Amino acid sequence: MSFVPGQPVTAIVQRIEIQKLRQGENLILGFSIGGGIDQDPGQNPFSEDKSDKGIYVTRITPGGPAEVAGLKMGDKIMQVNGWDMTMVTHDQARKKLTKRKEDVVRLLITRKSLEETVKQSMGCHPKQ
Amino acid sequence: RKINLFHAFFIFFETRDRHKSRSKDSRSEKSVTINSPPAEPLLGDSSVRGEQVQDDNWGETTTAVTGTSEHSLSQEDIVRITKDLEDSVGLDCRRYVTRTIAVILGLLVFFTPLAFLVLPHILWPEKLKSCGTACEGLFISVAFKLLILLLAVWALFFRPARAGLPRVFVFRILLAVLVFLFVVSYWLFYSVRILDSQDDNYQGIVQYAVSLVDALLFIHYLAVVLLELRQLQPCFSVCVTRSTDGETRHYNLGQLSIQRAALAIIEHYYCDFPIHNPALLSASKSRAAKHLAGLKVYNVDGEFPSQSRAMIAAAARRRDTSHNELYYEEAEHERRVRKRRARLVVAVEEAFTHIKRMQEEEPKKAPGDVMDPREAAQAIFPSMARALQKYLRTTKQQHCHSMESIQQHLAFCITNNMTPKAFLESYLTPGPTLQYGKDHWLGRRWTLISEASVTSGLKDGSVFVLKCVDFSLVVTTKKIPYIQMSEEYIDPKSHKFVLRLQSETSV
Repeated sequence: MSFVPGQPVTAIVQRIEIQKLRQGENLILGFSIGGGIDQDPGQNPFSEDKSDKGIYVTRITPGGPAEVAGLKMGDKIMQVNGWDMTMVTHDQARKKLTKRKEDVVRLLITRKSLEETVKQSMGCHPKQ
Repeated sequence: RKINLFHAFFIFFETRDRHKSRSKDSRSEKSVTINSPPAEPLLGDSSVRGEQVQDDNWGETTTAVTGTSEHSLSQEDIVRITKDLEDSVGLDCRRYVTRTIAVILGLLVFFTPLAFLVLPHILWPEKLKSCGTACEGLFISVAFKLLILLLAVWALFFRPARAGLPRVFVFRILLAVLVFLFVVSYWLFYSVRILDSQDDNYQGIVQYAVSLVDALLFIHYLAVVLLELRQLQPCFSVCVTRSTDGETRHYNLGQLSIQRAALAIIEHYYCDFPIHNPALLSASKSRAAKHLAGLKVYNVDGEFPSQSRAMIAAAARRRDTSHNELYYEEAEHERRVRKRRARLVVAVEEAFTHIKRMQEEEPKKAPGDVMDPREAAQAIFPSMARALQKYLRTTKQQHCHSMESIQQHLAFCITNNMTPKAFLESYLTPGPTLQYGKDHWLGRRWTLISEASVTSGLKDGSVFVLKCVDFSLVVTTKKIPYIQMSEEYIDPKSHKFVLRLQSETSV
């Protein structure tokens, strides 16, 4: 999932739609993010490439909207509602996720196991 | 019954003798202890043979009073000891002998070149070639070199002796012998080749005298290096511990013989170590005595087991609460000292506000009001005297300071515009030995106890002891290790920083 500067990034992504839950005054999604271009990528436990400055899911609240929607810990968030998440600061990412006017966030996430799953399914079903 | 009474009488008699011999320490503390009986039977010549009858009640029928006072000296004893020591003749004799030898050698060295120059004029003036300009120039050179040599020798060798060491100073002896041989060999050459043959080349003679003075200056340089410079570079780290209370200091010394190292250490001792206060040691001694006395050894079977093993075993098994007492006693003492100190500080500050320095511009006061420092000190002393005395008593320092010395110190502080805190500093903390009056130095006699010869050099691991009347200083030596240093260059532009953040935000 590392990128080559100047080349388009390709990845196998999964689309996840999370309904925000209203808790008192706030709308919460039920997970925590880490990473960003202003953070130290070497501290990220989930990234394969330790120079990857993308946004990763570091924690999922059990029973929260994110878990219900199928988000898993360690997922890298590529897009939020169409906004790119691969080259943003931590604060920008947070802002895109917590817009008050939106009830739903549609994420494009990628994880290592996705690639393997796709390969397996392609291997099982050769070109039809 | 008969044996019992005899027992009692004997023990009483024995202890009475001991009591008499310690009567002059009557000013020290005493506590009553019961001594364990000696191992051999008291009545050695008794006609009773067979089983020894040990009366179990002997402890209750006898009184043994032994003084547990430490060896304390009264003021008269101190004066007597120092007078005895200073009257001894032996060491003074040696000092005079070395002085006379030094003076004789010095005169010999100084007058030899002059003699070399003057003798030809006296003995064969007609044969002598006249002295040209170069030769007369050499006269000036001889004169100034001799002057420099004179000043240098005076500076190096004729300083007041600061100590009498047990053995002679090896380097000085070597140098003296070297100088003597040197001068003698020059005289030999001179007398054989010049006096006998009556050489007429005066310039050669003058040059010979100049070469002698040059060589003497070089020998003096050698003396400076050997005696002064060699020991400046620190080579050993010595650890000096006082045997009575464990005060320890560390010093760096160069390559010295053991006696010179001991001298350097004693000079440091007088400046650095707080004064030795025997009154502070009485508490631990009484604890030790109580510990020993708490055990009574009885013979049950009539055999005499080895006393020490039995006592150690018994002591190990016994439940001792003396640590508890020590803790509470020390806490109480600490509190008391702090309270007295607070009272003292307040009293002194108040006393100092009673006087002020008179300014010159002030209108003249009546002569009765104007005081000099001594009178001012005497005026304000009574208001702080009680608090000060109580404090000194609590910290067991009252024998170090006399009223006279306190008043003198007060006058000194007033004269130099010192604050009350500065005045109190010398009483709140025990200072180095030199700060106190001469009678506290307790004899400047030190004994050097060493297994190696005292003129041999210091080595790694050498140990020696400096014994004084009251205590001893134990000195151990360690060699300063060889230091291997390497360098590393840092480019000033290489200091760069990045943020190390890793925030986690929950959304």
